[in-house]
Amino acid sequence: MLSKREKDLIAEVWTKLIPVAEDIGSDALTRMFATFPGTKTYFSHLDISPRSAHLLSHGEKIVLAIAEGAQDIDQLAVSLAPLQTLHAYQLRIDPTNFKLFSHCMLVALAAHMGDDFTPVVHAAIDKYLSAFAAVLAEKYR
Amino acid sequence: MVEWTDFERATIADIFSKMEYEVIGPAALSRCLVVYPWTQRYFGNFGNLYNAAAIIGNPLVAKHGTTILHGLDRAVKNMDNIKSEYAELSVLHSEKLHVDPDNFKLLSDCLTIVVSAKLGKEFNGEVQAAFQKFLAVVVNSLGRQYH
Repeated sequence: MLSKREKDLIAEVWTKLIPVAEDIGSDALTRMFATFPGTKTYFSHLDISPRSAHLLSHGEKIVLAIAEGAQDIDQLAVSLAPLQTLHAYQLRIDPTNFKLFSHCMLVALAAHMGDDFTPVVHAAIDKYLSAFAAVLAEKYR
Repeated sequence: MVEWTDFERATIADIFSKMEYEVIGPAALSRCLVVYPWTQRYFGNFGNLYNAAAIIGNPLVAKHGTTILHGLDRAVKNMDNIKSEYAELSVLHSEKLHVDPDNFKLLSDCLTIVVSAKLGKEFNGEVQAAFQKFLAVVVNSLGRQYH
């Protein structure tokens, strides 16, 4: 459950991340591949070495999608509809991995924001990413 | 037996040698209580946990956070024997404190994030992986004696 204040906070934080989308995104992915090697199995078709062109572009894509969703959290099911279809029928990433990625995104944000990544900000973003992941998996079955 | 690479041993030793226990411990525990409020169920006698500010400013939370982190020290100093090092603590958490072992992971995630915020870029993917592997072993050992 997200309060209005939290939704505003989330929108504010993610808007500020748009200019550094490829840094944050690729950092989160690199952390995930290092910490949870099983996640690499979904990327056998890409070069996922740190800061590779593929990784930067892919990381950017993900962060921009999360940032876009953050602008109107109440409409997530609508704005994510195409991505829902993609993940359910084509990518078919096991949803447990969404949790692993979300955790690594939080760690990346902490490294990036330092003290500004307060417990309140952390809680709000964790809740948002959980909601995002849940919507993303909705068409799976 | 857990196999540790030289990099992992060095990384863990390095992170903990530079750690300010009285800062990081309280930060990790209070963060856990804020981000995962249901964990407050174990701290009924800690006084005011009414909101984030109260939790972060609560002296009992701070004290306990420091205690927990010093408990981690035992694993740092005995990386080849973490399971037996924590056998007693595991029994304590199971039989006396009745803590759901899933909570250990929640706290360890918060600790990872606090350390990441502190170290910034230095806490890169490889370092994070080593740190999380260490905490995973600790978490596993603490849950070992539950039955």
